[in-house]
Amino acid sequence: MKSTLIKISCLVLMMALASSCKKKPLPVSGSTLPGKVKLEFFNNVGASSLNLNNQWYINENGDSFTVSKFNYYISNVVLTGPNGASYTETESYHLVQQNDESTRSFDMIDIPAASYDTISFMIGVDRLRNTSGAQTGALDPLNGMFWDWNTGYIMLKLEGHSPKAPGGNIAFHCGGFDGRNTAVRNIKIALPQAITVTQNNTPHVHLTADVLAMFKSPNKIDFSTFYLLTSTGDQVKVLADNYANLFTITYAGL
Amino acid sequence: MRKLLILVLTVGLIGIMSLPGCKPDPSVELKVPDTSRNISFSIPAGWPQPNYTFSGNPLTQSGFELGRKLFYDTRLSRDNTISCASCHQQFAAFAHLDHPVSHGINNLLGRRNTPVIFNAAWLTSFFWDGGVNNIENQPINPIQNPVEMDMTIPEVITKLSADNTYKSMFNSAFGSDTINSQRIFKALAQFMASMVSDNSRYDKYIRGESGGTLTQQELHGLSLFREKCTACHTEPLFTDNSFRNNGLALDPTLNDSGRIHITNDPADRYKFKVPSLRNIALSEPYMHDGRFTTLDGVLEHYRSGIYQWPNVDTLVKNGISMSDQDKDDIISFLKTLSDETFTHDARFSEPK
Repeated sequence: MKSTLIKISCLVLMMALASSCKKKPLPVSGSTLPGKVKLEFFNNVGASSLNLNNQWYINENGDSFTVSKFNYYISNVVLTGPNGASYTETESYHLVQQNDESTRSFDMIDIPAASYDTISFMIGVDRLRNTSGAQTGALDPLNGMFWDWNTGYIMLKLEGHSPKAPGGNIAFHCGGFDGRNTAVRNIKIALPQAITVTQNNTPHVHLTADVLAMFKSPNKIDFSTFYLLTSTGDQVKVLADNYANLFTITYAGL
Repeated sequence: MRKLLILVLTVGLIGIMSLPGCKPDPSVELKVPDTSRNISFSIPAGWPQPNYTFSGNPLTQSGFELGRKLFYDTRLSRDNTISCASCHQQFAAFAHLDHPVSHGINNLLGRRNTPVIFNAAWLTSFFWDGGVNNIENQPINPIQNPVEMDMTIPEVITKLSADNTYKSMFNSAFGSDTINSQRIFKALAQFMASMVSDNSRYDKYIRGESGGTLTQQELHGLSLFREKCTACHTEPLFTDNSFRNNGLALDPTLNDSGRIHITNDPADRYKFKVPSLRNIALSEPYMHDGRFTTLDGVLEHYRSGIYQWPNVDTLVKNGISMSDQDKDDIISFLKTLSDETFTHDARFSEPK
């Protein structure tokens, strides 16, 4: 009796031990282990780096302006490869802020070892996270990218000055996640060359944003008439259709 | 013998838990709540499914108690004078009795009447203009509003972090003493979404319970109500959660454009949320700006005072016809919607 019980208890223990460590990956050869990719964001105005300290720039319309703040959300990053490889980043919400270098790059982890030649992502935050209550991290409202009175994220925010604008200030807070006036844009860009992810190779991808694209095409922005946007509506679409062209990939490789 | 078996199993399991790689991630580890004291949330019989289901925010006694402490804490305001409960009084079904618009720090006035709080889990949007889509995102508004509490979230976190009682309560509720905006809002949501008012005399009448007797006048009022009012104030919640222009003339001092402020859709100009009529006799004054102090005033508006806005709701455009006696009967019915059990429920009262 006694020995039977002890045998049973030992068996239960062994089963518990076996099941408790199922998540531990089996040892495999180094070349097939997952790896990382580093995304780096470069915010430019034309050919030069964006300077938030009273540097004067000229938009497509010929209006002089400065930029004092430039923030945007990048979410739902996906990599796909020529041979069918696919990677979707989990908890993929990033706030890129020009005034905080630490936010201008991040590592994506647990990427299956493979070749990838296309990146897609959202500029902005998807509908689900705009409607599922209190969030944290990049989506914490204390980051100043959240409308409390009209729940939802400001997907992209640019503030600065222009003598063309009545009052002298420009402020574009692009928010809204529903319908034709959504401020979210889905971006898909081919990499200039395929990258190969392995456990030991961490490729870098450089995404360069040109602020001038915000005001250029398809909608040329005249700061004398369009200088302030702080709510949802038709004007959001005007700017969001422009910043759909914000990014180019300027480098992809080790 | 049995003791030995239990000992072997216990020691063995503790051993397994401590193996490297087998531990739960401490950042998501939740303390096992003390279920013996757990607050419960149940859907009253015959009611629809709630909109807020505590998904991602499991209701626990400790989370609820933290939410209650925050709700009653004046430290959420800049000068430590205003708590949520300052404008949301339990005896008024968590509205602000006798106050047309909200009162903030330094006697500053808001523009709208403080809404009641109960059956909030069934609401599909918050505020008179419906600008907030989730109860967890509601409290940030009064906290940050310069004419209400006038605080920033980092300032709130700093104040709460200086209090060891709070640290302990956040630990109990969320498994670590980290205080962040998400935890503050989730705790407040646990407290507010738990408030269910379903124990009025009307409810007892519907359920056929003792204490559920309605007088002839009240029954006639109910019958008139179902004929004239229920299209918007739909039972059992007494709202259809829609936004409507109910024909109120503009108060030029407030100049409140209503839901268009949220949607930028001209069709939404001067539209406001249809409020629940539960506890209506306890929560005067009425309308989005608290312009009417009596139920008689409200019904008189619907009978004879409709302002003909281009987008006034078709259901009230021509007024709602009722005799003086009808009006009295409807009011007598509305008074059966008062739920004194709810307004005296110690679980929702200021913590001792």
